Amino acid sequence: MFRRLETGARGRVTVNVDGRPVEMEEGANLAAALLEAGFSPFRTTPASGAPREPYCMMGVCFDCLAIVDNVPNRQTCLERVRAGMTVEIQDGAAAVAKAEEEL
Amino acid sequence: MSDANCVDLAIVGSGPVGMAAAIAARRHGLKVAVVDEQPAPGGQIYRDVETADAGRGAILGADYVAGRSLAEAFRESGASYYPSATVWRLASDGLSWSAPAGGGEIAAERILVAGGAMERPFPVKGWTLPGVMTAGAAQILLKSEGVVADDAVFIGCGPLLALVACQYLNAGVRIRAILDTTPPQNRMAALPHLPRALAAPGMLAKGVGMLARIAASPVAVSRRVESVELMGEGHLAAVRWRDPQGSHEIETERAFLHQGIIPNLNMTMAAGCRHVWDERQLAFRPETDVFGRTSLAWLLSAGDGAGIAGAKTAALSGEIAAHAVAYDLERLDTPSFEAATRLPLNARRRELALRPFLDALYRPAQGMRVPEDDDVVVCRCEEVRRGEIARAVAEGCPGPNQLKSFTRAGMGPCQGRLCGHTVVETIAALTGAAPEAVGYYRSRMPVKPVTVGEIAGLSFENNLREKSHG
Amino acid sequence: MRSTQWAVIGGGIVGAAIAYGLARAGEKPLLLDEGDVAHRAARGNLGNVWVQGKGAALPPYADLSRRAANDWAAFAEELEKVTDIDVHFRRPGAFFLCFSPEELEKRGAMMARLNDAATVKSRFEVLEGDELRRRLPAAGPALAGAIFSPDDGTANPLRLLRALIQGTVALGGEYLPCRRAENITFTGNGVEIATAMGSVRAERVVLAAGLGNARLAPLLGLDAPVRPVRGQILVTEKVRPFLDCGTNFVRQTVEGGCVFGESSEEAGFDEGTTLPVLRETAARAVAAFPLLRHVQVVRAWGALRIMSPDGAPIYQQTQDGRAFLVSVHSGVTLSSFHAGPLVETLMGEGFSTPAYHPFSPERFHVQAA
Repeated sequence: MFRRLETGARGRVTVNVDGRPVEMEEGANLAAALLEAGFSPFRTTPASGAPREPYCMMGVCFDCLAIVDNVPNRQTCLERVRAGMTVEIQDGAAAVAKAEEEL
Repeated sequence: MSDANCVDLAIVGSGPVGMAAAIAARRHGLKVAVVDEQPAPGGQIYRDVETADAGRGAILGADYVAGRSLAEAFRESGASYYPSATVWRLASDGLSWSAPAGGGEIAAERILVAGGAMERPFPVKGWTLPGVMTAGAAQILLKSEGVVADDAVFIGCGPLLALVACQYLNAGVRIRAILDTTPPQNRMAALPHLPRALAAPGMLAKGVGMLARIAASPVAVSRRVESVELMGEGHLAAVRWRDPQGSHEIETERAFLHQGIIPNLNMTMAAGCRHVWDERQLAFRPETDVFGRTSLAWLLSAGDGAGIAGAKTAALSGEIAAHAVAYDLERLDTPSFEAATRLPLNARRRELALRPFLDALYRPAQGMRVPEDDDVVVCRCEEVRRGEIARAVAEGCPGPNQLKSFTRAGMGPCQGRLCGHTVVETIAALTGAAPEAVGYYRSRMPVKPVTVGEIAGLSFENNLREKSHG
Repeated sequence: MRSTQWAVIGGGIVGAAIAYGLARAGEKPLLLDEGDVAHRAARGNLGNVWVQGKGAALPPYADLSRRAANDWAAFAEELEKVTDIDVHFRRPGAFFLCFSPEELEKRGAMMARLNDAATVKSRFEVLEGDELRRRLPAAGPALAGAIFSPDDGTANPLRLLRALIQGTVALGGEYLPCRRAENITFTGNGVEIATAMGSVRAERVVLAAGLGNARLAPLLGLDAPVRPVRGQILVTEKVRPFLDCGTNFVRQTVEGGCVFGESSEEAGFDEGTTLPVLRETAARAVAAFPLLRHVQVVRAWGALRIMSPDGAPIYQQTQDGRAFLVSVHSGVTLSSFHAGPLVETLMGEGFSTPAYHPFSPERFHVQAA
């Protein structure tokens, strides 16, 4: 389990993670905040459905992909926490219709 | 294109190279744009250095905090700075970038790729399991968020592994075990380079201090580890390893892997400049002159992205490259160019004295780079295993590009970053050819995945607008 | 020096199909290929087994394409038996997408004309926009309609290439990579092929080297007036299935990735991409299928088509039957033909038989005169 060493001075906001509200520090690295919240796995692979979580945390491995604000394939390690954002597990290949229908 | 988007020098990356280059280029009066994927300057080495408080600074150490003044000078340099922007195309006329709120183009006379390094792939059984991440990733979590995991197992070889372990100890976080895979013969191989390394005593003392810190801690350290297997169903549950004492297994939910770092190549590869195999560092790197000029007149590459040399060297290389660009664009005459580069070139030479020693001491073991078990996943994205690669090679597949066509290794979203070197070294091991002769994937545009809409020039905001009006 | 009865020069889909056919017929062909970095049309191919509208300028080419498409299912099945590789052949038909009513009407008229002249008939329907969107829900409002033909199919060109090479070897042939033909000369009663890795002697040789044929053909007194025509291709990440039919410029593979591209550029041997063409290609793909807008592109490159002056195949041989030339741009569609009927012709009466006369390069000289 990941934990935070110190509570920062940043304000706390609510993020919708797979349908449930989770409090996170505003502006925090999203992948880090999700790991801290115990979000697991972030996605499953299109090839075999294997579960994945962040591996590199620096934008090269693409294992931290999730559906962020209805947009699939977001690299959560490159996103910051914003109030009201939604995060969902990305199951296999991205559903193309999703972003189109719900935006 | 508006005037604001036409610059003399476009820099990709705002780590030490990009920041130092921007500062120096601005001093010569060049118009500079810096584009970086991260939301704040610093690169991976000084990640979030502007916002880290004193407590975190104390955990991470003085070398990290030193990045703050560089970031300040960069902010004040007058370079246009594009944070959270991903460069997806670069060419002789400039570059294209994308961001969630829309992208754009920057026309540039010269492009400096300051793409830095990434961790070498560490293809062992189970390395794709949730619960397994790189030591660098663990360090980024600590640097940018102060987020840590208790009872993790640190596995691998290289200075970063020891550094992160020390930072964990500084923070009072429990470490379950350290499994050191450094081959024992490395010490002998490194010895001849020691006298030269002593010329950079600061760094060497720092390294010795780190190892002493770990030795003095209660953490169990297993040395001469020969094989590693990460086990679990759906999540890491245990680590199994073999060393001269035999076979061992411990339970853990977190493992941090590391086998050194290699240049982040996709940008320079996709640009199409010449690359060479560096046998000392076991990696490809763009071929450059001492100033960072590549085989393409419009492209420079400096810092770890052009060959691993560390953060201090990177800043010097960035500055040197900026002087070269000013000289090439005739903003600097020959005597001024020579005067400007003399000091940083000398300083860099001193810093580099340690490199051959470090490269030899932390040369990763063959077995940790080139899997022999057919079950090991080589391409994480397409889940191509070592056995499939061996089969294609046996069929006569002549190199990594035909292999990519035949097995899909390297075709996924990471675009070969996490399998390129493994594939090259596996082909080399199977055929007896040198890695240089095997070659590397022909990387393509986009340098990072970008949506069809963004390529079409339809920004995300426009999409939303159309949607709400339609 | 290696010696053999048949050597095939060119390890692309065309050469490998011929080598596979020869091996299948009991020969032991040598398949000579270049190294890892070569101009490989297979890598820049949409993977259509395409019949619609082919041969507008040369009716025998239309017949050839239709026959090949009709033979494809049996061909794919046999390949899978030999190699265990499923080349993902499907034949649900394909749409030729039109952005204006004028384009749709013109295209429909051309299809009707073509069918009149052809021996092997093709089925097709002209679909107006709404009917197209009913059949293909992902199609966007910008489309004015499409021509649908149930005769078209799709296959995976990379799997096809691998299967053909593997099949050649499995049936007794040999695959020799890293052997670019540097020179070919007539010797004794055969030919000698010089490569950087030694020479190969063969009684008969088939030139199937794609764009390399333009260089090699004159060495044997043959004529391959082919030139590179670049097409810029984009490939996306895998997405859930939304398009199971082929179209003229977008295809979703069985794995889930989308491939699209349609540019035709005279750019010599430059395999690069250009921003204006990428933009145009992406914009048209989004116009055709709006859901593509949010899908990530993972690769883009320029691939070189092997284009003859009229776009149709060139089949030619020397009078003594020692050297044959095969230059085609639709290697995927015609692979069933190349592995079957064409190999029978090679081993039998040769290209001097009347059926092949329309494909002789002499047709270009006649036009010039």
